[in-house]
Amino acid sequence: MAVPAPDLAALRELGERVRPLSAAAERVLPVPPAFAGLIPQGGLVRGSTVVTSGSAASSLALALAGPATAAGSWCAVVGAAHLGLLAAAELGVALERTLLIADPGPQEWAGTVAALLDAVEVVVVQPTGSITPTVQRRLVARARDRGSVLLQAGGCSEVWASRPDLAVDSGASRWEGVGVGHGRLRARRVEVRISGRRGAARPRSAELWLPGPEGQIALAAPAHPGAGAGDRPAALAAPAWRDAG
Amino acid sequence: MARCRVTAEEAGTRTLVVWCPDWSVLASEPEPAAPVIVVRANRVVAASMAARAAGVEVGLRRRAAQRRCPSVEVVDHDPGRDARAFEPVASSLDAVTPGVEVTRPGTLAFATRGPSRYFGGDDSLAERVAWMVSGALGGRWPVRVGIADGAFGALLAAQAAHRRGAASVVVAPGEAAAFLAPHPVVTVLEALDVPGEVDVWRRLGLRTLRQMAELPRGDVAARFGNPGVAAHRLASGLDLRPLAARHPVPDLAVTQDLDPAVDRVDRAAFAAKALADRLHARLADDGLACTSVLVEARTEHGEVLARQWRHEGALSASALADRIRWQLDGWLTGSGATRPTAGVNRLALVPVEVVAARGRQLGFWGGETLVDERIWRAVVRLQGQLGAEAVTVPEVRGGRSPGERVVRVPAATVDLTEKRPAARVESITEPWPGQVPAPAPATVFADPEPVLVADARGEPVTVSGRTEVSAPPVTLTVAGRRPVRLTAWAGPWPVDERWWDPARHRRRARFQVVDQEGAAHLLAVEAGRWWREATYD
Repeated sequence: MAVPAPDLAALRELGERVRPLSAAAERVLPVPPAFAGLIPQGGLVRGSTVVTSGSAASSLALALAGPATAAGSWCAVVGAAHLGLLAAAELGVALERTLLIADPGPQEWAGTVAALLDAVEVVVVQPTGSITPTVQRRLVARARDRGSVLLQAGGCSEVWASRPDLAVDSGASRWEGVGVGHGRLRARRVEVRISGRRGAARPRSAELWLPGPEGQIALAAPAHPGAGAGDRPAALAAPAWRDAG
Repeated sequence: MARCRVTAEEAGTRTLVVWCPDWSVLASEPEPAAPVIVVRANRVVAASMAARAAGVEVGLRRRAAQRRCPSVEVVDHDPGRDARAFEPVASSLDAVTPGVEVTRPGTLAFATRGPSRYFGGDDSLAERVAWMVSGALGGRWPVRVGIADGAFGALLAAQAAHRRGAASVVVAPGEAAAFLAPHPVVTVLEALDVPGEVDVWRRLGLRTLRQMAELPRGDVAARFGNPGVAAHRLASGLDLRPLAARHPVPDLAVTQDLDPAVDRVDRAAFAAKALADRLHARLADDGLACTSVLVEARTEHGEVLARQWRHEGALSASALADRIRWQLDGWLTGSGATRPTAGVNRLALVPVEVVAARGRQLGFWGGETLVDERIWRAVVRLQGQLGAEAVTVPEVRGGRSPGERVVRVPAATVDLTEKRPAARVESITEPWPGQVPAPAPATVFADPEPVLVADARGEPVTVSGRTEVSAPPVTLTVAGRRPVRLTAWAGPWPVDERWWDPARHRRRARFQVVDQEGAAHLLAVEAGRWWREATYD
């Protein structure tokens, strides 16, 4: 007896309908545990734009990219010829899954970043010129579509036409282990302040070891909401910016 | 005695192998008589005669090689460059036989049956081929020719010729097993990629090919499976797989029309990858793998170029794509004689020899390779857009300053689909005295910036030959900025590098300083001038 052939198209459609939109853990890329408590989503939201700044801007960007590469994702660095790759390895970036792209120049920059957003999970950039609203919209749309994260390591956050999703700012660094004419740099404490759109609208800050005496990234003082904020959990705070995309 | 008797019909195909020792060195176009080493993943893969004379061997770490021969020039390994340079050599033999097969850049093989009869015997054929290839290379490089039953025996004969300083060695028909017998068992690595098994054999006391060949083949198969049988066949002077290899039906060939015609290598690489994937998928559907493939290109003017590539293990999709890319590179950027007069408008891949696909280990989660298809595509695209050198990957090296310890290697020269231990910090195990200790700076200036460091009276700080600081540094001035006060400093740490080489000798002292804003810098003072090498930001 011939069994009727299954209607593949209908099955596929059904499959699409019952599939969960995406698991929560799939929507974020892992970050070091010390950062997880500071970011409302607990990681870098796929499709988002992140900017680090302040006295530890490069180290922050590398530390945020690290766990994702350790978990098997690839990372690409566009331009940023001065980025310390040894520091990247020490802060947890898997160098065997890192691509380095020479500075493509202003003409090719947007195309290069877009091509990389297609392919890898984390794209680290240091834009030199300003980015037009059209280009930013295109890159953000590409990142959302592919679930990748655009991470700006230092430089000016004003280059973006509209504000990035997450801003990771660092205050003054305090180095330990070095004295006047003796010792060596061993560890750094730095105040990290995280603010952004949506859930992260209210800034949170904490003092981190970046790195600590044993090279670890850890909380030096507990996380607390930004100055002047009450006890209300940050997640309930009204978003100051609406998501434009 | 369980030794197999080699019957006439089972003996290996009589083969001639041309072997250019240390081809990678020649392909890098060195200065004549200069010591040069070619390095891949921090290990020496080829060394020039002058470097060998100084004690450098293949397999040595880069640093050890530099210690033995300080003036040595280090060149990164680039399989594409090797293949490109080899194409004129392969085409120089087209007058002798149409069946030239490139085993790998630097080694080619062909069956001697017809040519040997035409040129009057194996000896005169070997002499003639050595002379022709030597002429194609302009006499700059030794060329060794070996003839024996089977490609493996012929390759070892060519290597034996090199050791004896002769141009060629001809092993008489039927003598292959006796010729191979005294060779160490490690030599099977020339034909088979089984380093793990070879290590086991060596430790089990199987030191020569004779001992291997004397074992009963059934026992070898029971204990070591496929690689064991293959090695046993080689050691017995047989071809690797005359029994399994069969000539495929013609419809396994895949072709691709290119419109517009391709005259640039980066664009050809796209077509090559797609074509390789198609052939691989098609063969895989039939449970086959390809060991020898003919790459054929037709140009707009109707010229047809063809070259056969062979691989003892089966060719994977990416290995196939690499060979097509190398070959197109060789044709399109070659010298006037072989270069086509128009762009390529049709590419064909004809599998010449296929075997049953077996023993391929798939990834645990079903993926065949570590690297995603998307990443490969992006890399090729950016190489085409920005130039092949624009896409690099990090590789860890020994060194003292943070900038020396990780270098950027062109992505085109490494295989992204494989694990790359050279990209891990743990791969460097030897200590480097005078290394800047962790944590490493997150910003390293490729060209250090000149800075001024002054003491409390505003005088420049100097460091004496005995590494004594003239006065504590108090201010730091970066060009174009206001001076900042230093709150902490440590040093000097003297570094005396390459004292044996007057031209590259450097004597420096390093300092770590922290300024009033909390920013830490790595400074160096050399001949009274201060530089900022890196910033801990």
